[in-house]
Amino acid sequence: MTFHSKRSLIKAAGWASLAATAALVGCGKKEEAPAAAAASAAPVAAASAAPAKAEPLKVAFAYVGPVGDGGWTFAHDNARKAVEKQFGDKIVTSFVEKVPEAADAERVFRDMAGQGNKLIFGTTFGYMEPMLKTAADLKDVKFEHATGYKQAENMRTYDSRTYEGAYMAGVIAGGMTKTNTIGVVGSIPIPEVIRNINSFTLGAQSVNPKVKTKVVWVNEWFNPPKETEAAQSLMNGGADVLMQNTDSSAVLQTAEKAGKLAFGWDSDMTAYAPKAHLASAIINWAPYYIKATGDALEGKWKGGEASWWGVKEGAIDIVSISDKVPAELKAKVEAVKAGLKDGSYKIWKGPITGSDGKEILAKDAVADDKFLGGINFYVKGVEGKVPGGDKK
Amino acid sequence: MLKLEARPEASKVMSVMSPVLALAVTVVIGTVLFVLLGKDPMRGLYVFFVEPVKSVYALTELAVKATPLILIALGLAVCFRSNVWNIGAEGQFIVGGIAAAGVAMTADKETGRWIVALVLLAGVFGGMVWAGIVAFLRDRFNANEILVSLMLVYVADQVLGYMVYGPWKDPAGFNFPQTITFLKSTSVPKLFPGFRVNIGLILALIAVAAFWVLLFRTYAGFQLQVGGLAPAAARYAGFSSRRALWTALLLSGGMAGLAGALEVAGPLGQLTPYVPAGYGFAAIIVAYVGRLHPVGIVFSAILMSMFYIGGELAQSRLGLPKSLTGVFQGLLLFTLLACDTLIHYRVRWQAARPAPPKPAAAALVSTAAAATTERAA
Amino acid sequence: MESFALLLAATLNAGTVLAFASLGLLINERAGIVNLGAEGMMLVAAVAGYATAVHTGSDWIAFAGGAAAGALLAAAFGVLVIWLNTNQYATGLALSLFGAGFSAFVGIRYTQEKLSERPRFEIPFLSDIPLVGPALFRQHPMVYVAIALTVALAWFLYRSRAGLVLRSIGESPESAHALGYPVRRIRLLAVMVGGALCGVSGAYISVVYTPLWVEGMVAGKGWIALALTTFATWRPARVLLGAYLFGGVTMLQFHLQGEGVQIPSQFLTMMPYLATIIVLVLISRNATFIRVNMPASIGKPFFPGS
Repeated sequence: MTFHSKRSLIKAAGWASLAATAALVGCGKKEEAPAAAAASAAPVAAASAAPAKAEPLKVAFAYVGPVGDGGWTFAHDNARKAVEKQFGDKIVTSFVEKVPEAADAERVFRDMAGQGNKLIFGTTFGYMEPMLKTAADLKDVKFEHATGYKQAENMRTYDSRTYEGAYMAGVIAGGMTKTNTIGVVGSIPIPEVIRNINSFTLGAQSVNPKVKTKVVWVNEWFNPPKETEAAQSLMNGGADVLMQNTDSSAVLQTAEKAGKLAFGWDSDMTAYAPKAHLASAIINWAPYYIKATGDALEGKWKGGEASWWGVKEGAIDIVSISDKVPAELKAKVEAVKAGLKDGSYKIWKGPITGSDGKEILAKDAVADDKFLGGINFYVKGVEGKVPGGDKK
Repeated sequence: MLKLEARPEASKVMSVMSPVLALAVTVVIGTVLFVLLGKDPMRGLYVFFVEPVKSVYALTELAVKATPLILIALGLAVCFRSNVWNIGAEGQFIVGGIAAAGVAMTADKETGRWIVALVLLAGVFGGMVWAGIVAFLRDRFNANEILVSLMLVYVADQVLGYMVYGPWKDPAGFNFPQTITFLKSTSVPKLFPGFRVNIGLILALIAVAAFWVLLFRTYAGFQLQVGGLAPAAARYAGFSSRRALWTALLLSGGMAGLAGALEVAGPLGQLTPYVPAGYGFAAIIVAYVGRLHPVGIVFSAILMSMFYIGGELAQSRLGLPKSLTGVFQGLLLFTLLACDTLIHYRVRWQAARPAPPKPAAAALVSTAAAATTERAA
Repeated sequence: MESFALLLAATLNAGTVLAFASLGLLINERAGIVNLGAEGMMLVAAVAGYATAVHTGSDWIAFAGGAAAGALLAAAFGVLVIWLNTNQYATGLALSLFGAGFSAFVGIRYTQEKLSERPRFEIPFLSDIPLVGPALFRQHPMVYVAIALTVALAWFLYRSRAGLVLRSIGESPESAHALGYPVRRIRLLAVMVGGALCGVSGAYISVVYTPLWVEGMVAGKGWIALALTTFATWRPARVLLGAYLFGGVTMLQFHLQGEGVQIPSQFLTMMPYLATIIVLVLISRNATFIRVNMPASIGKPFFPGS
């Protein structure tokens, strides 16, 4: 081929591809025209009709992590599946995973609303502001925000008492540790996590008053290599039972590699490290999701509330307790669980002292939810200082 | 076998067609991917290329996404044209955001709207300072700017973490790592009520014009480009490579910082650990696909934004994984680089050459030794 | 003291990851090619290695799988950079970005998979030596392979004819070409071997270091490995030492946290990256020193016809 014809061949190819893309776009548009009508909504909602009796309720979930993380998001998605099972064809669910806790989230929520979803679950703290902004503009959509603290007329929050699971795990840890040092790989130093560290320690101390807790922070929810390194350094420091507030099974697996013991968190992690696994403190979001969806279907849904469910409501449990745990210790844990279930057992009941020696709760005083929500200190027995300083 | 033959002069046609060709190849591969994943390819392409531009709302969201990409890519275009490899735009973006947040938080109820200008300027300044570190270390110590700027991204991320967990943490925020929500007076003015697009878009378009003038109509721009294309010639002509280094880095740092400020004071309205959104890295692709030309950058930024938004939509509409966006973006750059060769070379068929004879080792040793002594001299 | 020994053990482990990647990049750069795609190659190799381990149950085949993935990507990079003469930096970046997205995409189904029980390694008598025993002799075999590789590479570069050819190509490809050496083919080979070693490093991360797959798990180690080759002035022994140094700094931040040191954790996390910058500055200060040690043709395109 000559120089010129080669050149024009390339030219032609270029124009052809441009034309092809245009044609593709054109064809696609015709096909999708009917479905497009619902999607092209302005932010001020007017779009879809209210759920008619015959039309299924569209429910959407926004996840911060991948569905396959085996931890936090996995637990939420399991609950979504349970909701599907419960309500059958009265609802249609969908989800978007790995939605970042940033400006992009707002677009995702608006898009979900634009797609006709009337009940939207945002499963992490960082969605708070984007959800609030979207809720303000789209008053006919119901928003459920996990672990947050701001509500609105059409938005409410829900959370689980993970500290109960942490406490029960602590009971096991206190009984199983031989070095009297237990370790926690902390994710992000927010009140929930600090409360869990404290509850883990209180649980351990209830069977073994000599126990000390070491804490290392990775400053992320999900980073297996870093969690591994953190776990390793805890064991280097003498801890022989580990716990984590991060979302993967890395800590558990690292413990097994070193011949130490650990727990599963958020979901049942027995399969990841059968030798090291003592028990899993899990969250079961299904009871709440089923209730919320049921409320929405029956028109009983009310915004502005804040729910905090625990063992009592079936949201928290400690499962798959290993055979390594002696029967006596197991019985103790079951007793605590029963006590939490009927409300007779109080974890945060005085006397409780802070790591600085000062009294936090007087004898027999019981902490209320407000107190628990703002925990920003370590109890006695936890080494180190809360990152960012103790602010009371 | 196929052989590459240098063209007598760069092909103008291919300069424009290369990105289009690259896009076409990416689309083809994408279609194959959709089919392999068991999804309708037409639907897939629709979600990526049509839905993001279908409605006014969609277009404004595209603008929100494209604005930081345009701003950062403009700065990077100047850098790459000058052969300064600033990979750390993400870090400059973060520091710009931090600086902007710092100023925004000084506002109180009485402050007027003028503080927005200050907030944005703070962002520019913050980005410039961060890029200035890179320039300084390269200027004074010869430290490779690729590695330094990249390491500074990680450092910037940690600085952000420190600020939102420590000194700047919202005291009423239940100890969550975030600053206060900025007062309304500090938020970047929106263009139209009800949509998220703000004056950042206007700033971006003005910047496009300004950069075009800088690169193609000013002496300074000329110097920068010659310095990148033919460093020896530039030295001979007396163009200061040191000035080029500082100009390129400060300019791109400032642009990245501005983008950071717009993000923090605009859609976000506060500082959180999640400010780094990867724009600094995506902008590298935008700059290249836009042929390092301000107008081209606008188009490639729109394209990249379509990939982002399309990727999001593909999740909820088709159940496709989010990582597809990353695959497409990387693929686009790859194919672009391959297609770019067609600008300077044409493809020819040629018979294979006979293998060359094996040389003596001695000759080789003397070559290596000569080369070493020559350089050390 | 006990905890110091454990820190040492963890350092060797962490350093091995960097060592493999960095030695691979060293081979690249000695031939005159800079491959900024290290991070991308390591990610793809990590998922490839993990997938191989899941399906075959064998760690060693997994390492081979990771190496193959790395070599394949490196080959694509090599063809673009060596034959089509695309800009090395941009192409490497494209590889990194592509690798990140591609590995995340392919790895989706493996996030839920688990590997079989991890074996524990120890050398019988030596590992019972008090203090250093556990640290030095209870390591995964690959730790020792890395050390052996360093020695072998040093021998190859400075004592073998093939190594000489490689180095001369790195110094002056034009001269080597004039002497009749197939410069481009040798460079491609070097790039592929380098890619294979980066692949081994990636597989090590997902199969040994943290036996999981999660997207982005390489977390910047590819970039640190790149910095290491400059830091070590392109000499294998220094690369190994540098790798251990950086591995140690990474583990140190958690060690300090555990000891209750009151520095905010973010500053501790910054340490490896700041250390890289400081070291780069110290090394680069003397421009002559750099020029003498750096392969002269790094980053420059080579045109055999000119």
